[in-house]
Amino acid sequence: MTTATYKNSFLKEVEANVEDGHMVKMCMQCGVCAGSCPLGPHWQHSPQKLFMMIRAGKREEVLTSDSMWMCTSCYNCIVRCPRKLPITHIMHGLAHYAHRLNLAPAKQPTRAIAKLFWDNLVKTGRVNELKFSLAMYFKDGFGQGVKNSMAMQGVGLGLVKAGRLSPMEILGGHKCQDQNGIQKIVAKAREIEDKRRGLA
Amino acid sequence: MTKKQYAFYPGCTQQKGASGSNFTTSIQLMNEKLGIQLNEIPDWNCCGASIGYGEGGELPRLAINARNLALAEQHLPGQDMVSGCPACWLSSRETVERLHEFGSLMAETNEALKEAGLAFKGTVKARHMVEVLIEDVGFEAMKAPVVKSLEGLKIAGYVGCQTNRPFGIAGESFENPMYLDHMIETVGAEAVKYDQKVTCCGGALAFSEPDKAQNQIRQIVESAYDHGAELIVTPCQLCQANVEIYQSEINKKHGTKLAMPVVYYSQLMTVAYGGSAKEAGLNGQLIRAEKLEGFANK
Ligand code: SF4
Ligand code: SF4
Repeated sequence: MTTATYKNSFLKEVEANVEDGHMVKMCMQCGVCAGSCPLGPHWQHSPQKLFMMIRAGKREEVLTSDSMWMCTSCYNCIVRCPRKLPITHIMHGLAHYAHRLNLAPAKQPTRAIAKLFWDNLVKTGRVNELKFSLAMYFKDGFGQGVKNSMAMQGVGLGLVKAGRLSPMEILGGHKCQDQNGIQKIVAKAREIEDKRRGLA
Repeated sequence: MTKKQYAFYPGCTQQKGASGSNFTTSIQLMNEKLGIQLNEIPDWNCCGASIGYGEGGELPRLAINARNLALAEQHLPGQDMVSGCPACWLSSRETVERLHEFGSLMAETNEALKEAGLAFKGTVKARHMVEVLIEDVGFEAMKAPVVKSLEGLKIAGYVGCQTNRPFGIAGESFENPMYLDHMIETVGAEAVKYDQKVTCCGGALAFSEPDKAQNQIRQIVESAYDHGAELIVTPCQLCQANVEIYQSEINKKHGTKLAMPVVYYSQLMTVAYGGSAKEAGLNGQLIRAEKLEGFANK
């Protein structure tokens, strides 16, 4: 596909490309999801609003929205929605699609950590908490990284003392034996999905 | 006693030296007493947690989870896959359900797994440690090994999100699940009633949106205090870490004096079953659970 095919129907584009996107049209605008979000007060567009905007064809506004990145994956909305929309998955799907199209806000902090997290896990098959934390603190440059690390130093040292953060992780740390196999699985899965979704 | 056998999926946080390593310590004696044997799945990988969606998308996430399930089928046939971490459980269980529901996703996932010489047949069940305790062991049998009743200890059972939603423990309500309270009562302690039992701790946003997540954490801890709790108990690794670790940050920023210990249900049970503070992993707390240590040292 090219995105132009869908120029006049953002709903169709969402149905074809966003995880569980075919369920968007089932929303009856009751607002239960909007009232259920733990970070709701910080969402400019609640899930309810996002669904309405999708149907209204507001492609740009939806995909550049900061809101769905505010989803904590608490699944409150899913269990409460009277129409059983898989809202959490749709929020994740919208965020991912916006990220892949590079329309998501560039400096969105959750977008940044989501990428760091995934890259960290694909590399060795397991997440290295120390490298992940450091990568996160340093994502906005070295100066900011030192500041962030200093600010969290107490917490870090406390964890080391409690045996819950190993400084040795920096030298490699936990990993899978078949890292190569894992990377191949991920690459293949991405290739298949990209082809299916016209992102390739 | 012949032990019940399970394929164990520890997940990243429960490895040695990782943030949930004291959970791993605390389940040893508990499982020993309850006749449970966990057999670690060889070469298991990360589940992608919730935050994996951003870069990972759908199929790559399903595929990495299917790799663990395929390894369990291959090396530990006939055993349910059990995870102590709600995020691992959610990811693997969601994978099983989705792949069963959509044949096309199953085919695509297996096409990806073939790259590493693996195949997922779809025979394995993904379960949470708490499910195993409630369904396969039962509250009565959980009570049997208690040698030290934790009488007088007031506990806020904090269920949080992902052990509770979207799947939850069979038969429990999403809004007011009771199983954790029952587990607390099983070891002789008192489960306080408070309003923040199923509130989200902020999840992975504790990293990316610290102030917003810390606001959630503050409400949970303050409500536990307001209702007389001396301890928070949780089944979730991320809840445990977030709610314990950031209290000091909240204190720094807001001048509060929060110092509420947050432990796992397994740490309670291990102490009640006669385990030492060390066996219960209590030396792994940032905020020492002194009252519980007191029981352990009695
Ligand atoms: S709860 Fe469900 S039906 Fe109601 S507004 Fe949200 S998505 Fe729509
Ligand atoms: S899962 Fe996401 S969208 Fe749903 S209530 Fe929680 S934060 Fe809001």
